[in-house]
Amino acid sequence: MPSPKRIGKLDFGLLSPKDVRKMSVCKVIWPDTYDDDGFPYSKGLMDPSLGVIDPGLRCRTCGQKSGDCPGHFGHIDLAKPVIHVGYTRLIRKLLRVTCRNCGRLLLEPQEIDKFSALEEDPFSTDVVSEKDIKKERVCPHCADQQMKVNFEKPTTFMEVWTEDGRKVEHKLTPADIRARLERVPDDDLRILGIDATVARPEWTILTVLSVPPVTMRPSIILENGQRSEDDLTHKLVDIIRINQRFKENQDAGAPQLIIEDLWELLQYHVTTYMDNEVAGCPPARHRSGRPLKTLSQRLKGKDGRFRGSLSGKRVNFSARTVISPDPNLSVSELGIPLAIANEMSIPVRVTRENIEELRERILVGPERPTMRDPCGANYAIRPDKRRLRLHGGSGPLDNREMVASMLEVGWTVDRQLRDGDIVLFNRQPSLHRMSIMSHRIKLMGDRTFRLNPAVCPPYNADFDGDEMNMHVPQTEEARAEAFLLASVQENILSPRFGGPIIGGIHDHISGIFLLTHETQWFTKKDALYLLKHANIDFLPKPGKVEDGIAYWSNKQVFSQILPRGLNMVYRATSCKNCPECKNDLCERDAFIRIIDGDLIAGTIDKKSVGAFDGAIMNRIIREQGLGRARQYIDDMTKLSIRSIMFIGFSFGIDDEDLSRTEYGQIRDLLDEAEVDVEKRIRIYNDGQLEPMPGRTAEETLEMQIMQVLGKARDKTGDIAGRHLGLGNSAVVMAVSGARGSMLNLTQMAGCIGQQSVRGERIVRGYEGRTLPHFKKYDQGAGAHGFIRNSYKSGISPTEFFFHAIGGREGLVDTAVRTSQSGYLQRRLINALQDLKVAYDGTVRTTGGRIIQFQFGEDGTDPTKSAFGDPVDVKGIVESVLKEEV
Amino acid sequence: MGTRLNVLMHDMVPKHQIMNDEELRTLLTDYNVAMEQLPKIYHDDPIVKAIEALPGTVIRITRKSHTAGEAEAYRLVVRRPKK
Ligand SMILES: [Mg+2]
Ligand SMILES: [Zn+2]
Ligand SMILES: [Zn+2]
Ligand SMILES: [Zn+2]
Repeated sequence: MPSPKRIGKLDFGLLSPKDVRKMSVCKVIWPDTYDDDGFPYSKGLMDPSLGVIDPGLRCRTCGQKSGDCPGHFGHIDLAKPVIHVGYTRLIRKLLRVTCRNCGRLLLEPQEIDKFSALEEDPFSTDVVSEKDIKKERVCPHCADQQMKVNFEKPTTFMEVWTEDGRKVEHKLTPADIRARLERVPDDDLRILGIDATVARPEWTILTVLSVPPVTMRPSIILENGQRSEDDLTHKLVDIIRINQRFKENQDAGAPQLIIEDLWELLQYHVTTYMDNEVAGCPPARHRSGRPLKTLSQRLKGKDGRFRGSLSGKRVNFSARTVISPDPNLSVSELGIPLAIANEMSIPVRVTRENIEELRERILVGPERPTMRDPCGANYAIRPDKRRLRLHGGSGPLDNREMVASMLEVGWTVDRQLRDGDIVLFNRQPSLHRMSIMSHRIKLMGDRTFRLNPAVCPPYNADFDGDEMNMHVPQTEEARAEAFLLASVQENILSPRFGGPIIGGIHDHISGIFLLTHETQWFTKKDALYLLKHANIDFLPKPGKVEDGIAYWSNKQVFSQILPRGLNMVYRATSCKNCPECKNDLCERDAFIRIIDGDLIAGTIDKKSVGAFDGAIMNRIIREQGLGRARQYIDDMTKLSIRSIMFIGFSFGIDDEDLSRTEYGQIRDLLDEAEVDVEKRIRIYNDGQLEPMPGRTAEETLEMQIMQVLGKARDKTGDIAGRHLGLGNSAVVMAVSGARGSMLNLTQMAGCIGQQSVRGERIVRGYEGRTLPHFKKYDQGAGAHGFIRNSYKSGISPTEFFFHAIGGREGLVDTAVRTSQSGYLQRRLINALQDLKVAYDGTVRTTGGRIIQFQFGEDGTDPTKSAFGDPVDVKGIVESVLKEEV
Repeated sequence: MGTRLNVLMHDMVPKHQIMNDEELRTLLTDYNVAMEQLPKIYHDDPIVKAIEALPGTVIRITRKSHTAGEAEAYRLVVRRPKK
């Protein structure tokens, strides 16, 4: 292999007509491609010297076969010059800054000297711009009067001047422009930032058009045997046709008008050949009406050559299917269907040690009957890289025995996946590094990927139909890297905030809350049921013995999954932040004390085990490492799921029921609030309302109404909350932080409350009212989107309408936000993707340019920090003192 | 003309100092970089004009940092390209 070479310099320039002719192997003069017998016309667009696409034929220019021949350029001599659309802005600038007579820059000689001197300055990137030139003045070099140059999209240039008070326009032909650009001297161009040795400006006006090789515009043969040409070929046919007609008319001395028309037509075809989406130019279309995909369209946009073909790559050894949850798996495992395990493989080199084992793999063949059978193999690869596909069954194709007997040391066998293999697992959009983690696979039935719900937060996955991708690393190095750097346990801590991102969700939190709340006693049988799947060896001494029966407390049961030596004192999610904390005696049991791995007091909830919080996880990682933390997460999720199954947990429509008293209270409360609103409206209408500072009276009224109604809604929540205690599942979920909030419960049982658009009451609709159901100019609560019903009681038609208005705003917001943040993310990633931390702690680009002089200014890895701080002083002190500080 | 805003006095503008040749030499050897590899600042930046730094000089910026308390950065003054 040739050694990599450093690129010394790149010149960006234009192709001169001479260059175009030099690289051309064929002057194309016929607009035809193939004759009736299917042979390409000589000097046509498919001339055999332009390259070969038909397999078996040899190239007339280089003698190579199709696939090896890179293709060769041809050219078309244009009857008259045309403008290259890609350079219209440059042409416009040059026409405006140079003299129409002598071609010099419209600057005094001393000004030119000033800019030339700047060029010597190594820190200057200055060039002359249009702004430096005064418009319509006299040329300082030849004293010629200059004229304003107007540009009209896509390719029209006009000189404008006033004659007898009238505006006169004169169109510049491409030939005129070319003649003008030819006169600009090289030295003046240098000041404009143009290197005339590689880019003379007149080369932006084409006199000869390069014809791309047939290899980049191959014709395809349709099913009915007809040839179908590439869009580029179609466009070139148009160009040659018009060019021919143009030449004939020119030679015949046709009238100026016809020549001009043809010239414009030629310009149109060359323009759309370069770019079929230019402003002010109707796109050229296929016979079917589809716009042609010409040169620029091949490169631009999402499916273009850059974003589509070069940066976007498709890969082998990957699988995709729907995901579903399996709480019995470890977080580091991934359940895969047998069909995927049979299709995908890992290459294994045959050695003296494993040859017998691999023979057996070959004998199993490509169809492993059940997931309990040992894995098979799909290919055997000989040392000369020849791949032998294995066939199973009992038919004539079955070659398992034969290949197995041929197998020798030095071959490679593509072995199927089996339990314990390392794979990478990914969910789009991959917004952070935890979007791709490595798992160990476990074969399972059915057709979905199975994962522990505790790894949903880093992937941001749920099971409403989400699909995920799996990739199988093919080399030992790739596997080692995937396991050591990307495994789930290495990614428990997020670099985003330095805390755990993997942890309990939903029922994990409800379950552990129900288990650890207050004091409960379990018999040996029950305690063992709860801890069945946790990785423990024995039960501790029972907490109490009554009537000769041993009992273990719920806190004892939970303590079994904690590592010994763990000391923590903190407050749970359910803590109400009472002004004076009663610590261990908290009536909510929200004060947590863990001494030497024993939960003494407190309820375990979101704060302790939840993803994003995970106080216990965090401490275990700091003290005992990621491996123990993974073990703890597995034990905790399994214990909590067993607990919630043992205790029982459900939520139904009657969980939102209140008693007659509460409904009465709520009705009175809302009546009162509506009367209050009416009263305030009356005060406003009487002109008695004192406006708040900086507000109009109307704004003040609106704010007061919103406040009164908001308070009323909250009070209905309090009434409902008094009735619904921890016996209610929604309350358990809200208090423990598993899902939902007291507000959700308020809206279900009490009152939905005010619907709003942009933080204000709903005002849009008909003249003076929101709906015809109300009187005009009614300012009351109900007429502007206050819903006094609850989701349980059901809402009225007008309330339903307001609810839909308010709900839509939320949907629109999310739709807009995701697209905007997606684009922001793309730009950030593009800017940051190749930065790395060098050995001296600086953050640098690949060119060694410094971005930060010290990573994050303090050189600290956020995953090794305690929620951003380099050292968790409070945690260490608490751990030693076993007391809150 | 009223009073001009002095950016040097503004509470949120960190300390900018022009580095001398000696300091610059140590900086470049410490980080093993060429001048061109340093971060840049435009010559018409208000702070650059205020401390009268010319293109080609390097400025030391000492600013308060959320993570490190105080952090130093260095920027090469360059002419702002037109357009
Ligand atoms: Mg989903
Ligand atoms: Zn060839
Ligand atoms: Zn002149
Ligand atoms: Zn408390």
